[in-house]
Amino acid sequence: MVVDMSPDDLIGEHREVLLKYHDGTVRQVLVTDVETPMPDGRLIVSRTDPQGLITHVNQSFIEMAGYPEEELIGAPHYILRHPDMPAAAFKMLWDTLKENKKWHGYVKNLRKDGGYYWVYATVIPNIRGGQLMGYTSVRRKPSRTKVREAEELYRTLS
Amino acid sequence: MTYNFTVSPDFNPNHLSGWFIFNTWLQKAIGEGIHLELFDDFDSQRRAIADNQFDLIYANPYDASLLVREKGFLPLVSPQNKSDEAIIAVRADCPAHVVEDLKPGLRISSTDDPDVNMMCMIMLEPCDLSAENTVLHRSDTYVIVAKNLIQGDADVGFFLEETYSELSNMIRSQLRPLVQSQIQVINHVLLVGPRLIHMRETMGNALMTMTQEEKGQGVLESLGFSGWETVSEEDTEFMIDLMDTLED
Ligand SMILES: Cc1cc2nc3c(=O)[nH]c(=O)nc-3n(C[C@H](O)[C@H](O)[C@H](O)COP(=O)(O)O)c2cc1C
Repeated sequence: MVVDMSPDDLIGEHREVLLKYHDGTVRQVLVTDVETPMPDGRLIVSRTDPQGLITHVNQSFIEMAGYPEEELIGAPHYILRHPDMPAAAFKMLWDTLKENKKWHGYVKNLRKDGGYYWVYATVIPNIRGGQLMGYTSVRRKPSRTKVREAEELYRTLS
Repeated sequence: MTYNFTVSPDFNPNHLSGWFIFNTWLQKAIGEGIHLELFDDFDSQRRAIADNQFDLIYANPYDASLLVREKGFLPLVSPQNKSDEAIIAVRADCPAHVVEDLKPGLRISSTDDPDVNMMCMIMLEPCDLSAENTVLHRSDTYVIVAKNLIQGDADVGFFLEETYSELSNMIRSQLRPLVQSQIQVINHVLLVGPRLIHMRETMGNALMTMTQEEKGQGVLESLGFSGWETVSEEDTEFMIDLMDTLED
């Protein structure tokens, strides 16, 4: 479902990292130090099915992730996972969601061009008539201070 | 039986009479008696809503949550191409040009409009400003918010974009938008309550064909709307989930 990243899509110098996802998929990702700042006043929105496969993205999502919409719909949300993000953060996310609760956190995401962007993310279960239909995530521009704190913390976790 | 209708107090004052014209049109269109009651402030309207006094509500996104999830209201329509966006504005000569230029101790002037206040506080987060290190002054109307800015009694003002753009040229020329939201999926919605739900389809049809008749067109104009868009239950549920993610 997710293909290896291609050097042709990259901007800037990169390093190669092999990521192993929870479902056993292994993918080679290419990572640069280029940060794309989140624009003011915008929200990045995506929705997934209960398994975490993307079902909907908004325009800000497409622009920030750098993938065309057709490569995102149906893809697992880990397509954006950055190697600097510790597994523990996502374990907490899924543990919280499984209790049908809302999760918040600071997330560093990987763009298709190898660069990254920081967001403050909230994920919420979509409950309809008592049934879990999927999840919605909304990200906004984070506080610089909080991002620096998260960077420190994540370094000790991964 | 007469049904009761109310409109979120953040309606544009220029369109006040429009809501009465709309109510007259609606009663004819569906053949039912409807009484329109408007409120000056959110609190007194909320108390009346909690008391189950209303059957039809043009609700702001914030109140839509309670109405749909706890009071059994269902969505009918939203105004076409009209999402709720917020603006943080400063006085034209203010040295700040981006949010990051703002500092703790910031004096904010706002109305009690809950979704605008929420969106604007979110736009202050990137520079570590929050309710804890800012001073909020509540005013009754956006015109007063603008005056507070112009007179130097506040550093920034929170506005609903639509209202900001309809401030007089004289006022607007003395202000400058610092940052503006582009959320696009948050909007007001006309909701129908349990006692009137049997008319949902009739009302929906009447509203969606308004643009096709001359009378309807005129009514829409007096509201400042170009038409309505059908809103599904899932559209509203999605918006409520989204609002929920923004709350903390
Ligand atoms: C609605 C939703 C949105 C998510 N958004 C992201 C995201 O933006 N970036 C990310 O790395 N993981 C996101 N995740 C978590 C991923 O599903 C996944 O747990 C994570 O990338 C770690 O992948 P792994 O557990 O397979 O290693 C999201 C999950 C859900 C349910």
